[in-house]
Amino acid sequence: MEERLSAVLSPYEGRKDALIPMLQKVQEELGYLSEEAMLLIARTTGMPESHVYGVATFYAQFYFSRRGKNQTKICSGTACHVKGAARVKDAFERELGISCGSTSADYEHSLETVACVGSCALAPVVVVNEDVHGQVQTGKIDKILEQSIKD
Amino acid sequence: MQKVNSPADVAKMREICKAAFARQKLRFLICAGTGCIAGGSLDVYEEFKRVIGERGIDVNVDLLFENKEIEAGTVTSGCHGFCQMGPLVRVEPAGTFYTKVRAKDVEEIVTATLDENAVIERLLYEKPDGSHAATEEDVPFYNRQQRIVLGGCGTIDPEDIREYFAVDGFQALATIFQEHSPEDVIEIVKESGLRGRGGGGFPAGRKWEAGLNAKATPKYVVCNGDEGDPGAFMDRSVLEANPQSVIEGMTIAAYAIGAEFGVVYVRAEYPLAVVRLLKAIEQAKEYGVLGDNIMGTGFNFDIEVFQGAGAFVCGESTALTLSIEGKRGMPRVAPRPRTTEVGLFDKPTLLNNVKSFAYVPDIIRKGAGWFKSIGTESSSGTAVFALTGNILNAGLIEVPMGIKLREIIYDIGGGIPKGGSFKAVQTGGPSGGCLPESLLDTPIDYDSLDEAGSIMGSGGMVVMDERTCMVDVARYFLNFTEEESCGQCVPCRLGTKQLLEILKDICAGKGRKKDIDLLVELSHSVHGGSVCGLGQTAANPVLTTLRYFKDEYEAHINDKCCPARVCTNLISYRIMEDKCAGCTLCARACPVDAISGEKKEVHVIDQGLCIQCGVCMEKCPKKFSAVECVSPKIPIPAKEKTEVVA
Repeated sequence: MEERLSAVLSPYEGRKDALIPMLQKVQEELGYLSEEAMLLIARTTGMPESHVYGVATFYAQFYFSRRGKNQTKICSGTACHVKGAARVKDAFERELGISCGSTSADYEHSLETVACVGSCALAPVVVVNEDVHGQVQTGKIDKILEQSIKD
Repeated sequence: MQKVNSPADVAKMREICKAAFARQKLRFLICAGTGCIAGGSLDVYEEFKRVIGERGIDVNVDLLFENKEIEAGTVTSGCHGFCQMGPLVRVEPAGTFYTKVRAKDVEEIVTATLDENAVIERLLYEKPDGSHAATEEDVPFYNRQQRIVLGGCGTIDPEDIREYFAVDGFQALATIFQEHSPEDVIEIVKESGLRGRGGGGFPAGRKWEAGLNAKATPKYVVCNGDEGDPGAFMDRSVLEANPQSVIEGMTIAAYAIGAEFGVVYVRAEYPLAVVRLLKAIEQAKEYGVLGDNIMGTGFNFDIEVFQGAGAFVCGESTALTLSIEGKRGMPRVAPRPRTTEVGLFDKPTLLNNVKSFAYVPDIIRKGAGWFKSIGTESSSGTAVFALTGNILNAGLIEVPMGIKLREIIYDIGGGIPKGGSFKAVQTGGPSGGCLPESLLDTPIDYDSLDEAGSIMGSGGMVVMDERTCMVDVARYFLNFTEEESCGQCVPCRLGTKQLLEILKDICAGKGRKKDIDLLVELSHSVHGGSVCGLGQTAANPVLTTLRYFKDEYEAHINDKCCPARVCTNLISYRIMEDKCAGCTLCARACPVDAISGEKKEVHVIDQGLCIQCGVCMEKCPKKFSAVECVSPKIPIPAKEKTEVVA
């Protein structure tokens, strides 16, 4: 892993201000930030481990455990909320059998709510992997998953 | 001509680009904003390329620059704004405006346009009176708007800088190099009355002047594209649709204050904006309008894109700069020097919102007086709003300041759909408030909205109808601010938490009579005791809903009733015996098997098992409409209760 990550981190050598882009790149590579990866960043930059961990946990974008192959994000922006995002969330939890913020035991699915994805005119919105689905109806989520999940 | 070597070259470049694009006799502009992409607009675009290609027409725009004529072309544009009707297609030069276009419609559009010189009526927007709007200008959603910042959105290809040149792009930058000193530029911005579009409304000219007067070097220009307000997508759309206007505005600002380096801070959730911005920066450098020795003047300015990592508080200027430095985005504690003196890397930093920068090229080109003539005395220019929620025409709009809320909601937005009735409009996101019907004649400007208890904010405008519970809305926003509080001030960290707990209790039917007074008292403490805007404004949603919708709080607390039938602990679903046809759809859809009944017989919901998910109501065919939602809750009969416990 050290080799894999040092290739990712090399462009940032000596740049103390680049901690966030470094964390982003590592997460892109591994899918999440492992303890090992954060320790490595601390070592290569000379920053205290506590600082790296402190920054990483401050931001919502970073994950600290392995994620599922398919990622479903329920938008919980205001427009989506007003148009029934809470029901959509409940329906996805039932359909996938996991609660928001968790990953299925077989690592097939991760489910989470996110702050606004900025497609408010299509509320309520769900993002499955790369696909944005608008005007989601709770009765039709099986079709949404069918369309967007990876085999 | 591949490069702009002097300010005078910009005009030549404009003419070359204009002439080239004029050689394209027809063009199909496909909206590729995030909204339309979600609706499948990229498939529509591919289909246009295929169908036009089949006719033997090469759509490569580079041919236009080789003096070749092209019969028809197709490009993707940024967001047109009318996201709800997407995917949108505009045919130029006629301006024909097609809505809800699918890939299967493309062949028909091309044939009608190229061969028959006709329009396809069924794809035109149908006006409320049943007639069809042939062009954007004819659609009520557009014809009341005044588009400046959004002017280029939807009319140019954001991924081709030559299109920006053709519409006077970089002309403002060339003009200031030729005619204006930095002081002149600041004077123009001051005179225009431009106020920061991030929400605070601080006069931009004064901020720029402070940037120029700051002694330390280097100086930075930072563009705030950390659009964290839920329910807002104005900045995203501008960055996606016309990134060059932001680059030009930032470069003018850099010239005015003497900066050589800029950063655009973009939310992590906006990947498309990042892609387009990076492409735009690369092209601008290639054409000599950004980077080293801009337009051969010796002035250098470079821009980097920084992707935020998801923290609402980073919209605050000091938190944002700390975040770029690779630290936790915790706002600096007051009293503190202004960001224009001590900002990014502790150096003078001019920080403005995406839209504030995007206005600047137009202000320079058309003059401060022109901008000042739009809007009101204290708030000049236009305002951009993301109009969403329970509204017929949702989308992105730009209107002159001073317009009334009523005009936006009814004339542009088309009112409330499906015969619903208006309840409230929320502006300013988590820092703003909810305004009732009685305030719909409030003019839109910084000061009037402030007075009404809300704020202008960066431009989110969410319309709510009678099915929206105002206590739940307050709970929703506090849930957001509680999560996003950076945690350094106790009143914000713990105050929002307590406000949220009380609101949760009220929504759950556990509210106490004294809770209302407690909410008010706590709100004032959070407001008064927090360092940054997040905490200071966090209680606004609570205070405005209490001010205008107190009866709803009282209904929740005293009668255990949610008048809007939203709070699941206070509602029950019931099947009306006289309407149920026994079609079994609801029973089959119920996720907890709480509905029983034989085919063609009246069905019954077991209130002890029901989880209030509402699927039965959604599934029940419209012609029966046999499921109703009631509040307060239907009491669970004692017999069923024991069964559940057992």
